[in-house]
Amino acid sequence: MNPLIILVASIFTHNIALAYILGMCPFIVISKNYKTAVGMGISIIFVVTLTAIINWPIYWLVLVPAHSEILAFLIFIIVIAATVQLLEMIIEKFFPPLQSSFGIFLPLITVNCIVLAVCLFMVLRKYDFIQTLCYAFGTSCGWALAIILMAAIKEKMMLASDIPKGLRGAGITMIIAGLMALAFIGFAGIITLQ
Amino acid sequence: MPKKRFKRAFWQSKWFKVLAAGLWQDHPTFCMVLGICSMLAVTNKMENALAMGIGVTFCTAFSSLFVSFFRTTIPSRVRMLAYMVIISTFVICVDRILKAYFPPISEEMGPYVGLIITNCILMGRAEAFAIKNGPWLSFLDGFGCGAGYTFMLILMALIREPMGFGTILGHRVMPAGWINWSILTVAPGAFFLLGVYLWIFRSIAKKTET
Repeated sequence: MNPLIILVASIFTHNIALAYILGMCPFIVISKNYKTAVGMGISIIFVVTLTAIINWPIYWLVLVPAHSEILAFLIFIIVIAATVQLLEMIIEKFFPPLQSSFGIFLPLITVNCIVLAVCLFMVLRKYDFIQTLCYAFGTSCGWALAIILMAAIKEKMMLASDIPKGLRGAGITMIIAGLMALAFIGFAGIITLQ
Repeated sequence: MPKKRFKRAFWQSKWFKVLAAGLWQDHPTFCMVLGICSMLAVTNKMENALAMGIGVTFCTAFSSLFVSFFRTTIPSRVRMLAYMVIISTFVICVDRILKAYFPPISEEMGPYVGLIITNCILMGRAEAFAIKNGPWLSFLDGFGCGAGYTFMLILMALIREPMGFGTILGHRVMPAGWINWSILTVAPGAFFLLGVYLWIFRSIAKKTET
């Protein structure tokens, strides 16, 4: 499949947050503020793309020839944790100004489902390297798009709304996410990934 | 009256409280809104929900047990990594068992089995409970949280499968003229349903956020 098609599909028609329902924990907790959502989104784009680039050769060039696919989960999660740790140290050492805007999100990203999900999907769908790159970048952009939209909606909502008490917080976030997912279904007919 | 005294001791014992906390007071979904990614994605069919629930319960219980065994030997700087290694070991077990004995379910759940690793409940229980408590209590705590989560999965599937497909576990339950609400089988329906459940629960429990 053409990598460009995968890129577009993973942002719109197969949005990882709104079609596959992944990465929900930060989606609910961090989407209160527009600025933080942007920071989180950019950090995710960076980490997801980087870990996919590292995990692809590890899986296809090391694990598959050695017939140790059973270890894939273990290796992926260790690579993700190590990459995030390394990134944190690099930012701390060389780009201190970025620390306040990205640094705080990095530890959270290790346990974000979408980083692992991208690696698992890339194995499951047998993407080649370029496709993986496009898929990882598109998926993380799609997630960033979703959380930024959500944060913008929630900020507006705070100003003028009368939400029932029990629905505040997570409840209303789910309802908004449902409406957004409905809107994203509108894209569904355009492209299908297997 | 030794029997009565035993019974009272049973209900008030520490381990019962730990178990009950996972099932009600600190319910992982309603109170802490954790682990909902896989929950929403797999609950469109009852069998997937059951497989997921049992898998998560197994993983939480045993990873808590083992984290607790090693709680004195794990250096605190690398404890996150240690949790992850322990957790992913059990997730690999679940994945292999599903692949070997229930290939259709494994096929349908796809990557969501592997994503049990990043389910916040497992990490959360390891960090919040298992690292500070003994193995037996940690095992029960993990089991309680897993069971609470499974209960929620069943609750979701119980509405989504009959209304979305007209069946429960593959048996037709809806009348013949029922038109499937296909929106409930995909993402938006899952979001709406969880939103409504959260609303109901929080109104009953009087837990609100600003």
